[in-house]
Amino acid sequence: MNRISLVPTVPFGPVRLPETASQTGGPYVHIGLAPKQAGFDIFENNFGHVLATAHTRGQPIAIEGRVFDGSGTLVRDVLVEIWQANADGKYAHPGDARDLPIDPSFRGWGRAGADFETGVFRFETIKPGSVPAADGVPQAPHVCLLLLARGINVGLHTRLYFGDEEEANRRDPVLNGIEWAVRRQTLIAQRSERNGEGAAVYSLDIRLQDTPDGGRETVFFDI
Amino acid sequence: MSDMTTAVCGRTYGDFAQRDTALHPPAYTPDYKTSVLRSPRNALISTLNTLSERTGPVFRADELGPLDNDLILNFAQDGLPIGERIVVHGYVRDEFGRPVPHALVEVWQANAGGRYRHRNDKYLAPVDPNFGGCGRMLTDENGYYVYRTIKPGPYPWRNRINDWRPSHIHYSLSGDGWAQRLVTQMYFEGDPLIAQCPIIKTLPSEEQVRGLIALPDPGHNIALDSRCYRFDITLRGRRMTHFEPTMQGGKS
Repeated sequence: MNRISLVPTVPFGPVRLPETASQTGGPYVHIGLAPKQAGFDIFENNFGHVLATAHTRGQPIAIEGRVFDGSGTLVRDVLVEIWQANADGKYAHPGDARDLPIDPSFRGWGRAGADFETGVFRFETIKPGSVPAADGVPQAPHVCLLLLARGINVGLHTRLYFGDEEEANRRDPVLNGIEWAVRRQTLIAQRSERNGEGAAVYSLDIRLQDTPDGGRETVFFDI
Repeated sequence: MSDMTTAVCGRTYGDFAQRDTALHPPAYTPDYKTSVLRSPRNALISTLNTLSERTGPVFRADELGPLDNDLILNFAQDGLPIGERIVVHGYVRDEFGRPVPHALVEVWQANAGGRYRHRNDKYLAPVDPNFGGCGRMLTDENGYYVYRTIKPGPYPWRNRINDWRPSHIHYSLSGDGWAQRLVTQMYFEGDPLIAQCPIIKTLPSEEQVRGLIALPDPGHNIALDSRCYRFDITLRGRRMTHFEPTMQGGKS
């Protein structure tokens, strides 16, 4: 005899518990998330800024950026994390059930502290493929970014798009969801080639506020 | 199968419930001075979850070392760190009460004297040669996590000249999706500095402060060895999505 389970999804308690509140990662966020940068060696296996190996499918690229505060000063203590699809547009997570190949050499996630002197953060990865939005419309290739730092009370989410994907960017539903077309440009990284470096470099400066030199505040998302 | 709800092996991967931003500090909190120049002035742009936000990095137990969740031993050189030995444990669940398994929990903290092992920390209190101050672990199938450490000390910081941080342990949680990520701090029940702290005062309500305070859990003390604290964490709720949004709906 078949039995019907009557056990509810939430057995006890309120329907919706309050999310635990966010607090700043503080100035010493590196101790927990990038201890080598804090100045010591404690873990055998460290999470870092290199996402791709020589075996990873796709076009090798570097992503570089800087973060500025509202005075135009570099935020040298910022820690940045990125999350992206592989070259086929597939996320290495069971929630992406589409019939596309996983790349076993590519998790799609990394973290990097800005250099304490230059303020530059850098990732070595591959250019992601396109991933559809909720209604199946393709999104332009993009990388999700999270910024953590002293003075940032809730981690700031933004996205990086690629300057050489103009047509895809023009159709991207998230970019087009930014009402102010002039602000969309704050998410577009510019491509450059450097002598001696095999991979193309995409550069993005992030501004937490408008800066005195006329730079516009980056678009941040409530995801 | 709906694209909005992907069921794999009994687990669902729907989108995340909209974040209740009123439960979090605002970006601009002038009494916490550093926030003034580091807070966006524009409203956040709200987006529907896509696969990019519903998925997130997956971590495996074999990526972590056997002492990674033992801050008493994971940097010990020729002795043990100084300070009160404590065990901290709890459950990570989502807003709908479901456990969040296999989440990466990373913690970091000052030593018993309130000094961080960080090249930029110049506080007078000495670095403890046997204490690193960071650890990490994965939650188990039930969302449970546990680690052992030294109770961190309070320390003064440059905000106003006599502001002190209460004893606290920083937390980073990966969750099970990019939108579920949370970075926060845990405080200790009974600490008189909690009521004075400009960073805690960024929180919007007493209830949300209460949610960051670990409670003594004497039932789990290790006899003649360590005290125990309990700290549960609630992450964004993963929705069971029965109806997809109509993309043309909604007015600005």
